[in-house]
Amino acid sequence: MPANGASPTPPSPPSHARLPARVARAARERTGRQGAMSASLSAGLGLKPAHFDAALGCRTSGLWFEVHPENYMVDGGPRLAWLEAIRAVHPLSLHGVALSLAAATDPDARHLDRLATLVDRFEPALVSEHLAWSAWRGAYRPDLLPVPRTVEARDRIVANIGRTQDRLRRRIAVENPSHYLRFDEHEFDEVEFLVDIARRSGCALLLDVNNVFVSASNLGSDAGQYVDAVPADLVAEIHLAGHSPDPQFGAALLIDSHDAPVAPAVWALYERLLGRIGPRPTLIERDENLPAFAELLAERALAHERLSAACLPEAA
Amino acid sequence: MTTLAAFQDAFAGALLGGVPRDAAVARLAAQPGFAVYRNTVLKGGIDALQANFPSVARLVGGEWFRAAAAVFVRSELPAHPTLLDYGAGFPAFLRDFAPAAGLPYLADVARLDRMWNEAHVAADAKPLEPGRLAALDPQRMARTRLRPHPATRWRWFEAVPAYTLWSRSRAGEGEVGEVEWQGEGALLTRPFGEVRHATLDRVGVTFLDACARGAGVEEAAVAALAAGAPADLSALVRRLLEAGAFAALESIDDPEGSR
Repeated sequence: MPANGASPTPPSPPSHARLPARVARAARERTGRQGAMSASLSAGLGLKPAHFDAALGCRTSGLWFEVHPENYMVDGGPRLAWLEAIRAVHPLSLHGVALSLAAATDPDARHLDRLATLVDRFEPALVSEHLAWSAWRGAYRPDLLPVPRTVEARDRIVANIGRTQDRLRRRIAVENPSHYLRFDEHEFDEVEFLVDIARRSGCALLLDVNNVFVSASNLGSDAGQYVDAVPADLVAEIHLAGHSPDPQFGAALLIDSHDAPVAPAVWALYERLLGRIGPRPTLIERDENLPAFAELLAERALAHERLSAACLPEAA
Repeated sequence: MTTLAAFQDAFAGALLGGVPRDAAVARLAAQPGFAVYRNTVLKGGIDALQANFPSVARLVGGEWFRAAAAVFVRSELPAHPTLLDYGAGFPAFLRDFAPAAGLPYLADVARLDRMWNEAHVAADAKPLEPGRLAALDPQRMARTRLRPHPATRWRWFEAVPAYTLWSRSRAGEGEVGEVEWQGEGALLTRPFGEVRHATLDRVGVTFLDACARGAGVEEAAVAALAAGAPADLSALVRRLLEAGAFAALESIDDPEGSR
């Protein structure tokens, strides 16, 4: 797979070389000013400190790295120097976990300032957050907590995304959550809710296919139908990860644990999605039971192959 | 349906084991999946403490540490999402934690872990070159103060060999071994990239304390000499300079300082 996307619009590319151009086009449309850099985004990996040296030395084309900005919200020191070194050789994505967009309050101004500082310094190809809350009344809960999908929640989330995008002066992508609870209070279907938020706020969506699978399994809904319903033009990034059954409740309660390879059923959903919308920058997340870098790179190659195969004819 | 804020108040309370008064949250808390959130919040806090206090964890063992950390997390959630900074109150918690009563050094070891983290993430600055101070004539030196580097941390531990216990644990030595039981001080610096550490006597600690509150070199030296046994002050200052403990020379007459 020739993933050299240095030239965003190669003249008359052979069909097997279309991915970079398509990804580049999508990236240009998404981010505008980072078009040339995003041109090479294919499949990426979450960056773990244990893999820093391997990641720095890796020259796989199309590879990019994603980090949680919260881990780099420091005044100085080696962490920022590490990230700077990585950024010098790989595109970067900042994937926030703590902006608490779904809390019934404005995003924390200091947190937003620190995020803006990182965005200005590292010029990430992608910036994303979650449809969740965690910071509330002066305390932070290290989790992605759910909300009932109501008009009040929608309006609050739209306003908070707006504040974030205004402060960062760029579009962000918002990720669909994993669900473990059945709410009686939902007034919207989730895809409907996300699309409504995206259209009103101008944000993009980060579609986590593993979250879709885990949620559908836990709530007894149809993951395929969910994936089919998301409008192609809103999807800026895709996440893939492993899940595991709850130790007590087994397969009746799947946990979005990021501690295992991507499951076959999730790969199948991913292919179904790519078949409809075409390639998008895709991240493999792994946070626990961390294998060697080479093993993650091999799993990442599986996503890269599917992205290559997903090049649709221009007419599609 | 109650407001989003009321929902979040009730949900947040139920996460820490409170009985939800809100009917909607009570229905959620009764489902098996609610434990996923409870466990994740608790695990996230405990993991952060274990990462921030590695020497404590090694001294007491992972199981004991995580049990103690769970008690702390329930009493004091992180104030903000930068978990590197979580646990400011953990040393004091350990000092008062009844099961740790037989480990009177634990709180001080925790303080050193915290100092290491602070040094690790402090602002960047070029350390003062050792030659800069020596180049000053005596009159000028008397009107000069030394500004500690943003990453420099120091502390005196009364009656506890906290630095020895901490540094041996940090180095991964399973058995702490023979330790002379007496007070000692510690100096942490980050001249280039990584944090370095060494012991520091009471004279050195007092000297740095004086520098940090803005005293000139001469005044700091007088304070330091009053603090302990006769000492070779020029050797002390040289050692501090070589460790990268200072960022700048400032003239006492010029509040803006001169670099």
